[in-house]
Amino acid sequence: MKFIEDIFNKLRPDFEKGGKFEFFYPLFEAKETFLFIPAHRTKSGSHIRDAMDSKRLMSTVIVALMPPLLMGIFNVGYQYLKASGQPVEFIPAMLIGLRYVLPIIIVSYAVGGVWELIFAVTRKHEINEGFLVTGLLFPLTLPPTIPLWQVAVGISFGVVIGKEVFGGTGMNVFNPALVGRAFLFFAYPAQISGDKVWTVTGDKWVDGFSGATPLSVASSHQSDSVIAAVENFGSGAGVSDFSLPNMFIGLIPGSIGETSAAASLLGCVILVATGIGSWTIMLSVILGGLAMTLGLNELAPNNASFLALPFHYHFVTGGFVFGLVYMATDPVSAAATNIGKWIYGFLIGVIAIIIRTMNPAYPEGMMLAILFMNAFAPLIDYLVIQKHIAWRMKRAKA
Amino acid sequence: MDEITELISFSIRAIFVENILLAYFLGMCSYLAVSKKVSTAFGLGLAVIFVLFITTPVNWLIHELLLRPGALSWTGVPALAGMDFSFLNFICFIAVIAAMVQIVEMIIDKTSPSLYANLGIFLPLITVNCAILGTSLFMVEREYGALQSTVFGISSGIGFFLAIMSMASIRYKLRYSNIPEGLRGLGITMLTTGLIAMSFMAFSGM
Repeated sequence: MKFIEDIFNKLRPDFEKGGKFEFFYPLFEAKETFLFIPAHRTKSGSHIRDAMDSKRLMSTVIVALMPPLLMGIFNVGYQYLKASGQPVEFIPAMLIGLRYVLPIIIVSYAVGGVWELIFAVTRKHEINEGFLVTGLLFPLTLPPTIPLWQVAVGISFGVVIGKEVFGGTGMNVFNPALVGRAFLFFAYPAQISGDKVWTVTGDKWVDGFSGATPLSVASSHQSDSVIAAVENFGSGAGVSDFSLPNMFIGLIPGSIGETSAAASLLGCVILVATGIGSWTIMLSVILGGLAMTLGLNELAPNNASFLALPFHYHFVTGGFVFGLVYMATDPVSAAATNIGKWIYGFLIGVIAIIIRTMNPAYPEGMMLAILFMNAFAPLIDYLVIQKHIAWRMKRAKA
Repeated sequence: MDEITELISFSIRAIFVENILLAYFLGMCSYLAVSKKVSTAFGLGLAVIFVLFITTPVNWLIHELLLRPGALSWTGVPALAGMDFSFLNFICFIAVIAAMVQIVEMIIDKTSPSLYANLGIFLPLITVNCAILGTSLFMVEREYGALQSTVFGISSGIGFFLAIMSMASIRYKLRYSNIPEGLRGLGITMLTTGLIAMSFMAFSGM
């Protein structure tokens, strides 16, 4: 590692004040602090020294994102081979998955990175590793067939409007990855929803292959029982079967990172064990979803209604687990107070299920529910704090 | 039972899907101006709910009994029965709203002078708040019944209330943000409004 450090030390004068690349100091700084402990010292004010700074925090989230990413890559290849009727083997599936997923991630990082750099240079702030999370989280919420120019448009919108105009990492009201995803969702519905977008088929000979997701099946089936409709959907050739274990492991069509509840739970273990993701929010999202589903099950007129779908199906389908592990726990856009976290998470669960079951326009509601609650997280925090102040005032007077 | 469920879903539509502020962008001026503090936003939101709750059914009555084509047939005078006074809708609705706002203003002035001072000019300006008049006009255009109009009025008010409360608390949080210079103040507020409107689209289609 010494020789890398030497290179940095040699280059440093060029990038510091008065050097010829002074303008690009943020770029230099980002690379240096990513690899080494920063050389600069804090100058004023009180400061806490801890290994867990925002860089390590974000890097840990990246590590936690690996299971859904790898599972997603495999699943894209798996769906491709299955749809084209070829035998499913591990290596070819991974290769095919990489061929479709890697360009999306590269575009997301490259375009988002350019925006990040432009803002860092002109506004003279540091490039924050928060972007590495956004740049990976965003592609994982997209279907594998998304055109690459839309990836570029979405990540640009997410980074610029979702984050940089609010003053960069740590200041944003909405989760930038979600803003980008929702923007694409409303601006180009044809490429991001419906049955035709979830499975990469590559060649024209299976053109128009319909890879319905379990939720779209559940919302628009014709049979007597919603569970049977989902379970039996896969009996046709070339389509994944939606049995409970299959949906849990994630071998179903869907957005790249969201299909596998198992992989997201693995990431959840990493986040909770390192104390980065708030277990309060995760648990309360599940409780909110559970309460809402139980209520709706009571209301369901018959077994065929989408309302009758039990909670464990809601849990494993769509982006429920992915959303609750990686999106809802975003420490910047979520509620910050402890009681606020319970309320915030609970309402996400409730609204996600409401949108799924009652809104015929969108069979999936997790992303929209989190975005909606992002708008109200500051209000929840404000009310909790005011309540707390009132309570302590009362105690002080007594 | 069915009617109640229908009214509830009607109300949810008016609050979230067709939010008077975020979907129709009515009532923008007071929304942008009074959302700097949560407490004043709360006061204005309540005032708007109250004014809508009273004016929408009253305007419905006026429209139904006096102004719409053939409304005067209850007088029994054949000459009046054929009259169509709906061109007077605007002026009558505005008069009702202005009277209501005067009453609300007096109540607030009496009960909470600090809120009265904080709301300032925007309290009398509820009179010309497009959200209020817009709600009455939507009610006429969509031919709502008496009960529906009342629910529609309250729900529009609640929609306005939710939007302005969310905005005020976000602006409270943004006070500490390093926003690019050109965007400080109204610029970032407009952008945030757009993002909030996008998040409300979650319910569109319901």
